[in-house]
Amino acid sequence: MNVIIVAGTPGSGKTAVLLNTVRHLKEQNKNISVVKIDCLYTEDHVRFAKTGIPTMLGLAKDMCPDHFTIFNLGEMIEFANKNHSDILIVETAGLCHRCAPYTQGSLGVCVIDATTGPNTPLKVGPFLSTADVVAITKGDIISQAEREIFRERILEMNPSCRIIETNGLTGKGSTELASCFCKPLSFDYLDEQLRHNAPFAICTLCVGEKRINKKYHRGVLRHITGVEEYVGE
Amino acid sequence: MIKSISILPGKNRAGINEKFERIDIYQGEIVGIVGPTGSGKSALIEDIEQLACSDTPTQRKILINDAVPDAGLRYDPKKKLIARLSQNMNFLADMSVEDFLKLHLKCRGKDTGLSEKVIFYANQLTGEPISKDSNLTVLSGGQSRSLMVADVAFVSDSPVVLIDEIENAGIKKHEAMKLLSGSGKIILVVTHDPLLALSTQRRIVMKNGGVEKIITTTEEESAMCVKLNQIDRDLLRLREMVRSGAVISAAEIFARNVVTAGDGF
Ligand SMILES: Nc1nc2c(ncn2[C@@H]2O[C@H](COP(=O)(O)OP(=O)(O)O)[C@@H](O)[C@H]2O)c(=O)[nH]1
Ligand SMILES: [Mg+2]
Ligand SMILES: [Zn+2]
Repeated sequence: MNVIIVAGTPGSGKTAVLLNTVRHLKEQNKNISVVKIDCLYTEDHVRFAKTGIPTMLGLAKDMCPDHFTIFNLGEMIEFANKNHSDILIVETAGLCHRCAPYTQGSLGVCVIDATTGPNTPLKVGPFLSTADVVAITKGDIISQAEREIFRERILEMNPSCRIIETNGLTGKGSTELASCFCKPLSFDYLDEQLRHNAPFAICTLCVGEKRINKKYHRGVLRHITGVEEYVGE
Repeated sequence: MIKSISILPGKNRAGINEKFERIDIYQGEIVGIVGPTGSGKSALIEDIEQLACSDTPTQRKILINDAVPDAGLRYDPKKKLIARLSQNMNFLADMSVEDFLKLHLKCRGKDTGLSEKVIFYANQLTGEPISKDSNLTVLSGGQSRSLMVADVAFVSDSPVVLIDEIENAGIKKHEAMKLLSGSGKIILVVTHDPLLALSTQRRIVMKNGGVEKIITTTEEESAMCVKLNQIDRDLLRLREMVRSGAVISAAEIFARNVVTAGDGF
């Protein structure tokens, strides 16, 4: 089974692009399962379920949604296996710019909104730089010049990625994306590893400290001046 | 080098094969795409932009220089041969016109000094002057579209340009088409505008998702196009007058032959 992990900021067009892609995959008689991970609330699972494919929902609540995705991949795979799926698509919440939920043997797909400005590719971090495929959305509402600059900036951050210009409204690029989803991958849950190590509970705030005064904080702390220190035992 | 683009038929929305054998479009040619809203004009443009290979909903195939383009040409963004311009497009980058053009020139591997030429030509297409220090995001629709046209003409420099309804932008359309086609590009223009439609050499008529027929512009139409262009320029001038707070007299309109008195105005 191919595991496809899709990341991208909220509203970037992940669901819209995936719905178009899923349609092509179904035409090719692929058996697909979809898992939607979000933080607090989503209706995406309903949008996917309407297409008739088995859909699972996970809410990360106060856990980093990417950590939640990684931690629960086993259950998702079990779900897709039970459905006899050829392809498991995981749409993540994509809020955390420190994390990238892609594993070595999955296909990492980053969905990025071209209207967010030419500096966005420089800001979003590992979920762009470690992706295999970068799907650019909303190119329909910016100038050719901005599209070209955006593309160039993406290649600066991730020179080996495959860029696909997609449109969530018209379905542009979704056949190309569908063909990427079908290329054989080698996902092995037992030995599967992340591409990018996720920072986990590196300071006391991560584990629930609410007081703001500096004296209460322990762990690996970075000051706004750039100085990094470890405070603790 | 792109010498020609060919469109091979697919199916219309009812699943019926399109009626043409193939449409070949050669370097330097301007072809119109006309038809009511929802008739499949933008889908045709999108097929060409993606170099469709029976893999889009219309099942059309696009050939370049008489051959199926190889995967590199289809997928490598560095090899982008096709530029697109549309009414919905805006400049969203928060920077000055000059900085933006320089960034684009750099990214296309060109001399950043070209930015002045781009601004000069953009100013030929609009009545509202664009300065190099203006912020992109405050440009009017007409200024933005003029700058996009000049940018596509001189910076993107793609051999194929797809234009999707730019008529309401308030720019000198005829001049814009001339600027774009000047350097031997292939141009396809989706339009409802008689001036734009008649200034092409041929126009593809769309209906229900498919190509219905192809009309070659007649000599009579071409001759009329000259007159339409005069009307268009006059309207643009009036538009600027209204905008700058002038009161327009009937004499002003009729003297310039914008509309003749017989038209019921
Ligand atoms: N103009 C335009 N809008 C798009 C495009 N892709 C998605 N959208 C719109 O962007 C909004 C957010 O899309 P959605 O798929 O829910 O984003 P997600 O949060 O990343 O899953 C929706 O209103 C979509 O219709 C695109 O290519 N062009
Ligand atoms: Mg979504
Ligand atoms: Zn995180």
